Amino acid sequence: MCGIISVIDRSRSGMDGSSIKKALSLMDERGSGEGAGYAAYGVYPDYAEYYALHIFYDNLVEPKVAVDEILRKWGHIEDQEEIPTVEQPDLRRTHIPWRYFFKPDISLMPGSRTPDEDIVMKLVMQINTTIPGAIVFSSGKNIGVFKASGWPEAVADFYQIEKYEGYIWLAHNRYPTNTSGWWGGAHPFNLLDWSVVHNGEITSYGTNRRYIESYGYRCTMYTDTEVVAYLCDLLGRKHGLPEDLMVRAFAPPFWDEIDQMPDEQQRLNQAIRLTYGSALMNGPFAIVVATAEGIVGFTDRIKLRPLIAAESGDRLYISSEEAAIRRMEPALDRVWMPKAGEPVIGRVRI
Amino acid sequence: MRKEIVIDADGLHYTPLNKKIRSAVQDGVSQIRIDNVLGQRFIADGLKGEVTITVNGIPGGDLGMFMSGPTVEVFGNCDHAPGNTMDAGEIIIHGSSGDATAHSMRGGMVMVRDDIGYRGGIHMKEYGEHRPVLVVGGNARAFLGEYMAGGLVIILGLQEKRVLPDRGIGSGIHGGEIFIRGDVPERLLGVGAKKAEATEEDKARIIPFIRQYAERFSVDPSRLIEDGYTRITPASGRPFANKYTWE
Repeated sequence: MCGIISVIDRSRSGMDGSSIKKALSLMDERGSGEGAGYAAYGVYPDYAEYYALHIFYDNLVEPKVAVDEILRKWGHIEDQEEIPTVEQPDLRRTHIPWRYFFKPDISLMPGSRTPDEDIVMKLVMQINTTIPGAIVFSSGKNIGVFKASGWPEAVADFYQIEKYEGYIWLAHNRYPTNTSGWWGGAHPFNLLDWSVVHNGEITSYGTNRRYIESYGYRCTMYTDTEVVAYLCDLLGRKHGLPEDLMVRAFAPPFWDEIDQMPDEQQRLNQAIRLTYGSALMNGPFAIVVATAEGIVGFTDRIKLRPLIAAESGDRLYISSEEAAIRRMEPALDRVWMPKAGEPVIGRVRI
Repeated sequence: MRKEIVIDADGLHYTPLNKKIRSAVQDGVSQIRIDNVLGQRFIADGLKGEVTITVNGIPGGDLGMFMSGPTVEVFGNCDHAPGNTMDAGEIIIHGSSGDATAHSMRGGMVMVRDDIGYRGGIHMKEYGEHRPVLVVGGNARAFLGEYMAGGLVIILGLQEKRVLPDRGIGSGIHGGEIFIRGDVPERLLGVGAKKAEATEEDKARIIPFIRQYAERFSVDPSRLIEDGYTRITPASGRPFANKYTWE
């Protein structure tokens, strides 16, 4: 049992983090104080062209020297600093959150159609698997993930998220079940443009992990949701699937439902199930995925976790509970429960 | 003399809120109005006595769990499992409710004006005179009456654009009955469920509840009473006898 809430302003108007903090705190019952986090899009306008790398360091000597060296080999560090934090009485500081604004040297990745993203993805995996005491937990352009072990309000106050303005926010309150709570295991999980919050359990984690690791991704966070972020990067970015087909691969219709579809739909859905059988996610889940262009929310096919969507003007909200949405916006134009396995999509206007 | 109190739930956690409700009932209060409810779980849980509670706002999950006797009327949508394992009394929802509405209910009535989520009436049960009833004005999502062991579920499907409950109706049902207005395609039935057109005798059992619904929400009952219903019941008392046991 975890709590999730997300919002997109389709006109890209900025929202500070104070109201999503209140909404997430309303669902404190859904967590255990061992993990909470926020992802915001549009928070680094002055460095919009740089990849914002958020790293948890165990200390600033061996791990940081090693990370600085590898980043300088692969590109240019425009700026770096400790992420500003304020001590909280009920939050134990076990890592040092640090951020870099980094530009990869694309001449070092010839033959790639997306050299800068491929370099950053490679660096994230390399740092997370080879440099002890350093974990990259956020690596997108103009995106910041802020997470730690603690209650939603403590984590929000620790990072002072009310000082950040974003047009998309994702927030998550964790109730760790299968693995213990730690800073890297808090949600959202991020890689490049992709951020993921998840309530539930990916029981197909083993299959999904073997599949994604065959494409060079490495799971290092000791929890299942990480694999969803990497699957999104593979299917969404590298294979170019639109959001609705990506969700179809993760939570496809049952075979007997496919049999009922018109011919063309049958062929499409069969092809997705056959091609992406190893990306199919089993188990109970409600998930929201964000990119710079929008958010998409969906649940498992038999609806074992809650998900509610609502709209108010330019804003689309997706959450575990309607009450949390109304904490952010009491006057909603529309509230609905999305169908199991079917995506709710909110895109920014171009 | 009727005693009435008003509780402002703005920013109030459910524990102090429920303490206020309990002490009011103990003091003989018969009407409680709770304003500005937002996300508080477990409202009126385990509550006994003759009291009517009006909830204004959006309560959290498990409203009226284990409740035995009171009437709770909610002006807003409910979250998961209102009426969870409820024993007696009524929950009236002027809105929709979430997944597992009337979960394991044992007696009393849950009446929802609009829609319910997935697994409505899951594992409802009955014993002797205790027979729980779930009445839904709108539609239900998949796995309606899953593992149902007793009680009565009525789906009126009132919206203009009629959508039937999704797949898996009565999956694993081994007691009780589900009525859905109109016909239900065979493929939507879950394992262990069978369907038949409701007879006049069957309908006579649900008409009092249809009238109650119509009166409560000011709807004309005549069409609801005239229309045909599909009755879904267990195919056998032990649908999984051959799956888990060998005799």
